[in-house]
Amino acid sequence: MKLRGRKIVGGKVEGELIVSQKPLSFLGGVDPETGIVTDAESDIRGQSIAGKILAFPRGKGSTVGSYVIYALKKNGKAPKAIIAGEAETIVATGAIIAGIPMIDGIDVSRLRTGMRVRVDGDAGEVEVIDSDQ
Amino acid sequence: MYLTKEEELVLAGEYGYALQKAMEILVALGEIYGADRLIPIKSAQVAGVSYKNIGDAGIEFLKDFADAGAKVSIYTTLNPAGIGDEEFMEKQREVLELYRQMGIEVTSTCTPYYGANLPKFGDHLAWSESSAVSFANSIIGARTNREGGPSSLAAAIVGKTPNYGLHLDENRKATVVVDVEAEVGSFVDYAALGYHLGKTLGNDVPYIKGIKPEMTEYLKEMGAAMAASGSIALYHVEGETPEYGDAIADKLETITVENSDIMAVRELFSDDWSEIDMILIGCPHASLMEIKEIAELLRMRGKPLKTPLFITASRAVKALADSLGYTEVIERYNGRIIPDACFVVSPVKDWYRGIATNSGKSAFYFRSFGFKVRLDDAENLIKEAP
Repeated sequence: MKLRGRKIVGGKVEGELIVSQKPLSFLGGVDPETGIVTDAESDIRGQSIAGKILAFPRGKGSTVGSYVIYALKKNGKAPKAIIAGEAETIVATGAIIAGIPMIDGIDVSRLRTGMRVRVDGDAGEVEVIDSDQ
Repeated sequence: MYLTKEEELVLAGEYGYALQKAMEILVALGEIYGADRLIPIKSAQVAGVSYKNIGDAGIEFLKDFADAGAKVSIYTTLNPAGIGDEEFMEKQREVLELYRQMGIEVTSTCTPYYGANLPKFGDHLAWSESSAVSFANSIIGARTNREGGPSSLAAAIVGKTPNYGLHLDENRKATVVVDVEAEVGSFVDYAALGYHLGKTLGNDVPYIKGIKPEMTEYLKEMGAAMAASGSIALYHVEGETPEYGDAIADKLETITVENSDIMAVRELFSDDWSEIDMILIGCPHASLMEIKEIAELLRMRGKPLKTPLFITASRAVKALADSLGYTEVIERYNGRIIPDACFVVSPVKDWYRGIATNSGKSAFYFRSFGFKVRLDDAENLIKEAP
């Protein structure tokens, strides 16, 4: 399965998906030291996004969230790539300053945690290479 | 989005890392929000200043960015700073120093138009602080979206912003008519009206009929409350604000504001003095006239306040108050003018539990922090306070 969206930040990576079906706040919602999701309203609360490919419908909360994404990268706890349903200022800016490949315009409800995917930030595409969890 | 040859070179990294990152941010936002091109801006006002908000993550980014040679290319000021204990203040000074290294004027205020930076009608800006954005758009008729920290900094560095949102004529038209039948006269009436409209309306551009504000400060307060309890970045007032004449393009829905709506807001914030341990004036930062009024009210009161009074203002306005003798009067009655800072973004707010204020914006935020709140006009607060 290949899904087409839009480039936000270029770069190609392959990895395992972690999918939140709810909007995600980074400030106060993700611990920059550990990469663990702490957002009380999140459906992936308690799980780590470090080294995974993170997919969620859109960002929410404070614009300081961009700096949290940057801190995750500096601490080696950032996601390998970000897939959003709809990019907004907070997450797009965070991905740019942290240099994390990002695409948007993807129907996140078609993705599930544990799938192996290949993200092509330049082409704005995500390909599911193994959905057998 | 169309980019000039020069902009393409910046994006390709020909002018270094910092400019490239800044351009990447502007281009991504332009693409997301459907801008056709970048437009030059006259000034920027950058958020992401209080250490309480940005934390060590923010400092880390600013440090890397400053070390990479990030420099602003247009006149840029900052959002208010935080105030706290010595450890906090050390971090806060570090943040300001990093911004200074980038060439930013480190005056930290939500009222840059009182001294540091007064835009003119039609200027394009990249401002952040929600009340300053409302003032610039609505009262001055300048044009700015409500920027976040990194996006305003990126715009300051490049000197441009993507052409979308409130930069475009079509998005500055009214989307709803507000017919104010309530009697709105005092400062706090305007605060309550703003609070009510922010709560009632969505992401609208209201066209407000039936008010005649005595001072600019009343509109400043109304806009601040509207932008805090809601997300309104531009409003028009019939007969008052510069763009009202062209504001109505289509047939619009009308909502009515009655006395009961204003009273409901006042009643929401009517906690008893026994639960109040500080008085806050100057949200948004006070003008010289507001400070002068407080000094006069204190003189009339004739005895010092038991409850401490804090007035937040820009350092420009505080310097005027100092040299004109108002600061001395205020201090004599247990008041202080705090320059370039904001309680809403400060850990110092945790040292108190109840606030009396004339600000609808502060009422909104402090209630959300779990405070007891008493909202009333300065005249009553100074007269009645223990």
